[in-house]
Amino acid sequence: TFLQRPGEGNVKRVSLIDGEGVGPYLTDSVQEIFQAAQVPVRFENIPMVEAKEMSINIEKQTLDKLHQNDVILKGPISNDDTLMWNNHEISKALEIYAYIVHAFTIPGVNTRHKDIDIVLIRENSEGEYASIEHELLPGVIESIKVITRESSLRIAEYAFEYALLSNRKKITVVHKANIMKLCDGEFLEAAREISIRYPTILYEEMIVDATCMNLATNPQAFDIMLLPNLYGSIIGSIIAGIVGGAGIAPGANIGRKYAVFEQGARHSGKELAFTGQANPTAFILSAVMMLRHLGLPFFAEQIQNSVFKTLEEQKIRTPDIGGNHHTADFTRRIIENLD
Amino acid sequence: NKDFMKDEQGNYLVTLLKGHGIGPEISRSVKQIFQAAGVPITWEEHEVYSRAMNKEGDLLSSETINSIRRNKVALKGPFMTPIGKGFRSLNVTLRKKLQLYANVRPCRTIKGIDNIYDNVDLVTIRENTEGEYMGLEHRVVPGVSESIKIISRRACLKIARYAFEYAIRNNRKRIIGVHKAGVMKKGDGLFLECLREINEEYPTIQYSEKQVDTMCMKLAMNPQDCDMMVMPNLYGDIVSDLCAGLIGGLGLTASGNIGAEAAVFEAVHGTAPDIAGKNLANPTALLLSGCMMLDHMELYDHGNTIRNAIYNTIEERDNLTRDLKGAGSTTLFTEAVIKRIENKT
Ligand SMILES: Nc1ncnc2c1ncn2[C@@H]1O[C@H](COP(=O)(O)OP(=O)(O)OP(=O)(O)O)[C@@H](O)[C@H]1O
Ligand SMILES: Nc1ncnc2c1ncn2[C@@H]1O[C@H](COP(=O)(O)OP(=O)(O)OP(=O)(O)O)[C@@H](O)[C@H]1O
Ligand SMILES: [Mg+2]
Ligand SMILES: [Mg+2]
Repeated sequence: TFLQRPGEGNVKRVSLIDGEGVGPYLTDSVQEIFQAAQVPVRFENIPMVEAKEMSINIEKQTLDKLHQNDVILKGPISNDDTLMWNNHEISKALEIYAYIVHAFTIPGVNTRHKDIDIVLIRENSEGEYASIEHELLPGVIESIKVITRESSLRIAEYAFEYALLSNRKKITVVHKANIMKLCDGEFLEAAREISIRYPTILYEEMIVDATCMNLATNPQAFDIMLLPNLYGSIIGSIIAGIVGGAGIAPGANIGRKYAVFEQGARHSGKELAFTGQANPTAFILSAVMMLRHLGLPFFAEQIQNSVFKTLEEQKIRTPDIGGNHHTADFTRRIIENLD
Repeated sequence: NKDFMKDEQGNYLVTLLKGHGIGPEISRSVKQIFQAAGVPITWEEHEVYSRAMNKEGDLLSSETINSIRRNKVALKGPFMTPIGKGFRSLNVTLRKKLQLYANVRPCRTIKGIDNIYDNVDLVTIRENTEGEYMGLEHRVVPGVSESIKIISRRACLKIARYAFEYAIRNNRKRIIGVHKAGVMKKGDGLFLECLREINEEYPTIQYSEKQVDTMCMKLAMNPQDCDMMVMPNLYGDIVSDLCAGLIGGLGLTASGNIGAEAAVFEAVHGTAPDIAGKNLANPTALLLSGCMMLDHMELYDHGNTIRNAIYNTIEERDNLTRDLKGAGSTTLFTEAVIKRIENKT
C-alpha cells in the first residue's frame, strides 16, 4: 500500500517539451495514455523556439516557465544548432547534474544479450561539456575539460545513495585516469572517498575502453555505473543499444529541486519523424519513473505493466524491434492493455 | 614505401620485440609459422629493458630505435612497463620517436568462435599523436582540474588522408568520421572539416559522419552494417576496444601503428603473467598483426596464406588454446596452422 498525505489528491503539474524528431510522437503517446488511465497530471506545454527567431526575451520567458514546475517531461533535442537552447542549457538553468539511464532487458524485445539490468549515473554539468575552446594558432584548437572536486563528490554521493535506496550491490566507476591523471584522478578520488561511507556496496574501478569491451562480451557483470560526462554519453548509448536501442531504455536528469524525464539515450531520430514509427517505450517508461517521483505509484505500475504486456505479446511492434507498426498503433494497444 | 631493407639473401629485415610474459612464446609461434609459409623475412631481435635507457625513461636502447628506423617495420609482443616514476610506456616512446600517427585496428568475426555478434568486419583508424593524450593537465586551484585536448589541422589532414588511402588500398567502400562536434565545436569541428576536405579527392568512397555516442550504440546493436571509422585519439581508444569486444576480445585483434618513416605492428593484449611459460598462450592476435604487417610490406600472398590457415584452424577448432575453450596449447595450435600451410603449398 502507498499512503498519501491528506491533500495529495490534487492534480500534479508537469512542464512538457515536445523536442524534435521523434519527440512530438513520444509526447503524444504519453499524453494519450495518461488521459486513458486518468492520471491526475496536467501538462503545460513549453514551446520550442527556433534559433532564427532568437530573442533574449523568448528565452527568458521559456526558462521562467520551466522554473514554475519541479518536473519536466521532455522529448529529445538534437545537437545541431537549430534550436535556441539545448539539453545542456536546460540542465544548467535548472541545476540538474545527475543523468540516469536505466537499461534493462524487457521480455518480448529480442536482443543478443539477456538479463541485463544496469543503472548508469553520469555527471552532467562539467567535464568535456564545459565548452571552453580556443584557437591557439591558426589550425590548432584546444578544448578544455574541467573536473571539479565539488561536482565529483556530489555525483558520487548521489550514486551511492541511489545504490543504497534501490538495494543494488555494486558500483563501477569508469575513468581514464591512466591518461588524464588529474581530471579523472579527481573524479576517482571523490568516488573512493564516498565509497568508504558505504561499506556494504561493492566498489570497483574500470578504464573506459576496457568497460566498452566488457559491455560487448559480458554486460551482465554491471550493476550501477558511475561516470564523468562524456564517457557517460558514450556508455549510456551502448547500454541502451544492448537492451534494444534509444527507443527502449528510459532515463532522467535530476538535481536538488528539479527533475527532467526523457529517453535514456538522447537521440532525436529525425528520420523516424517522417515515418511516424518511433518506439515510445523508453519515453513511456521514463514517464512511469516520473509518476513514481510524483508520488503516483499506482498509475506507474498500471502503465508499466501494460507496456510490458504489449511488448511481450509481440503483436504490435515498431520497426526498431522487428515490427512494422506506427507509434500510434503501439500506443493504442497499450491503452487496450491498461485493464 | 617499396624500399624496405633486405639482407644479402634478399630477405626483408624486420625488427622483432618479443615482449614479456607470454611474449616470447607467441613470438616463437609467429616465427615458426612465417618460416613454414616461406615468408622472406629475417628477424632482428631486440631487447626491451626493465630499467630506463636514457633521461626520458625509455625502455628501448637507441640501437633498437635505429633498427626500427632502418628497417621501417617492426613486430612487437606485449610489454610490461615497470611500475614507478621515471618510466615512459613503450607505446608512448615508439609513438613519439617514430611519429606513428595512425593506429589501425581491423576487427573481423572469426568463424568457429562462439560469439554474441556475427559478420563483424570493421576497421578503426585512430589519430595517435594528439587529442586528449598529450598529458596537458593542470590543477587550476585546489579541487579544480583541467585537461587539454589539442586538435591540429596538420594532424587531422594526415590521419584523414591515411584513412582514405587505406580504404582504397583495402577495397573498403565506406568511411564514417566519428566525432562529438556538437559539444566540441571547434576541436572536433576542425577534425570533420579536414575529413571533408580530403574526402573530395576520393569521390568513390562513401563518406558520412556520426557522433561517437550514436556510433557506439550502432556498434552495440548492428555492427554488421558498419565498415571503416576514423576518429580522434580518445574516441579511437574507446571504439577500437568496443570493436574488439564484438569479435570476442583482444586475443583475436590485430593492430598496427603507422608513421611516415616506420610502422610497428603489435598484439594489443597484455602479458598474461598467470599463464606465461606454460605453453597456453593464444598467438592469434600477434599472428594476425604479423599478417597486417605483411600486407603493409605488400607481401599480400604470404599474408593471405597465413591468415586463411589461421581462420581455417580456428573454424575447425583444431587444437585451440584454453581461452577459446579448446584443449590444445600454443605449440599444438602452431602445428595445426603449419599443417594447413603445408597442405596448401
Ligand atoms: N556550456 C555550454 N553552453 C551552451 N551550450 C552548450 C554548452 N556545452 C554544450 N553545449 C551544447 O549542448 C549540446 C550538448 O548537450 P546535449 O546534452 O544535447 O549533448 P548530447 O551530446 O546530445 O547529449 P549526450 O551527451 O547525452 O549525447 C550541444 O549542442 C552543445 O552545443
Ligand atoms: N524513440 C525511438 N524509437 C526508435 N528508434 C529511435 C528512437 N529515438 C531514437 N532512435 C534511433 O536512435 C538512432 C540515433 O538517433 P539519431 O541519429 O537521431 O542520433 P543523434 O546522433 O543523437 O542525432 P541528434 O543529435 O540529432 O539527436 C537512430 O537510429 C534513431 O532512429
Ligand atoms: Mg545526442
Ligand atoms: Mg585502449
